[in-house]
Amino acid sequence: MELHDRREEKCKLRVENLSVFYGAVQAIKSLSLRVYPNEILGITGPSSGGKTSLLHTINRLNDRIPTYRHEGRVLLDGDDIYHPDVDVNQLRRRIGIVFDLPTPLPKTIFENVVFGLRVAGVRNRTVLQERTEQALRDAILWDEVKDRLNQPALRLSGGQQQRLSIARALAAQPEIVMLDEPCSGLDPISTLKIEQALWDLKERYTIVLVSQNVQQTSRATDRAAFLLMGELVECGPTAEMFTNPRDSRTADFLEGRFG
Amino acid sequence: MRLREFVIEKLLFIAALSSLAVLALIAVFVFIEGTPIMLREGLGSFLLGAKWAPTKGSFGILPMIMGSIWVTVGALLIAGPVGVACAVFLVEIAPRQVADVVRPAIQLLAGIPSVVYGFIGIVVLVPFIRETFGGPGLSILSAAIILGVMVLPTVISIAQNALEAVPVEYKQGALALGCTHWQTILLVILPTARTGLITALVLGMGRAVGETMAVIMVVGNAVKLPINPLDPARTLTSNIALEMAYAAGAHREALFATGVVLFVFIMILNALANMRLRRRGSHR
Repeated sequence: MELHDRREEKCKLRVENLSVFYGAVQAIKSLSLRVYPNEILGITGPSSGGKTSLLHTINRLNDRIPTYRHEGRVLLDGDDIYHPDVDVNQLRRRIGIVFDLPTPLPKTIFENVVFGLRVAGVRNRTVLQERTEQALRDAILWDEVKDRLNQPALRLSGGQQQRLSIARALAAQPEIVMLDEPCSGLDPISTLKIEQALWDLKERYTIVLVSQNVQQTSRATDRAAFLLMGELVECGPTAEMFTNPRDSRTADFLEGRFG
Repeated sequence: MRLREFVIEKLLFIAALSSLAVLALIAVFVFIEGTPIMLREGLGSFLLGAKWAPTKGSFGILPMIMGSIWVTVGALLIAGPVGVACAVFLVEIAPRQVADVVRPAIQLLAGIPSVVYGFIGIVVLVPFIRETFGGPGLSILSAAIILGVMVLPTVISIAQNALEAVPVEYKQGALALGCTHWQTILLVILPTARTGLITALVLGMGRAVGETMAVIMVVGNAVKLPINPLDPARTLTSNIALEMAYAAGAHREALFATGVVLFVFIMILNALANMRLRRRGSHR
């Protein structure tokens, strides 16, 4: 249990007793977790710990996988996101997600950024341009691409493509941004740029950062959750967890004894 | 032991070479037989001449070229949209049980002999077109429809490969931005697979240009420049197949020359398709 009751009513996202199954394989075991507004929550742990399954469940990306099923609830601002009345496309606009590999579409830089807006029906040219600039600035990419917005996005470097993916998610103005190993394939400088961007963003967004990388989690998050084999081992303020882990498994992972 | 390996390797090499040799032989033979008359008559008057009276010394194959183009383009207008739509359905929408039934059915479609297609064309399609749209029924439209169905398996299977090659991250990226499934298909999957889809059409075109038997049976085979889709026409392939049996001398040479034109057509289409395939392979 967590000791953040003072912020109970302001909890942005609440996961309650969530279990996730793919066929007979259980990926997440009865997990409960809260995400508060304007914080960066880090989710860390070794691979196949359920990190990605958790994000995909929160974004309902598993809806079309026939073998997928889950128990428990996910509440966004107190509302069950799996309620039959929920429009899944609307939900995904409220919860942006950035994947581990950069996923620019084979279009221009500009079209990539405004893609989500176009899908949502925004046509006003001025709005599209303003949002593009804002999103690219937020992702610390604007200065590098402002003169070539009409070039193919696939020509950008890996680090730029990943920041473009972030800009694309931001342009749609989600409430929560979830990032799944956003720096896994990137060099240290690109990684720092992304972490810098996240710190600046949390004033306006709620951020969930999944990372296997312990250093990144310690650098870039306010609170951290440690997932091991589908189980939430512990969750708390990052500084506390890193200096004084409550569970010996957390300590083992943080000190690099496995993972 | 070493010797045995050596012999086996060389035998396999020769086997591989033989198919290449056959191709080369056919090409050389057709070109040797066909080019002299083209040069004698002049390439322009052979390709662009509208009069084909080989026994009277007129060798213009423009009607056949136009016939082939009409029939092929018509077939693609049918097979393109239907084939791509079918591939999208199979790859993106169909539940597995449905796809498992439809896929073998499409394979089967490819296995039906072309005579059978032609027969169905004569018995069912031609009378239908005659009664519905007028004209003789034996027409470009009939041939295009029959051919369209015949090239469907080619178009579908290559379009399927192209759609399956779209990285799953693209799809997830689009879904994560709030796209509906249909928007994802329209805005992301189809544009990404575009080169592969064009390859599917080009290869389907290659098949349509070369198809002979079914076309002969429904296209009417009249040697005149077709003006509308209800006109009968003659294609390059049917020209050769119909007349080779009794042709001699310059007439025979002219038919080989028709073969040369066909050969060049198909080589260009295959080269186009290969270029596209290679581009797609290097991308990403």
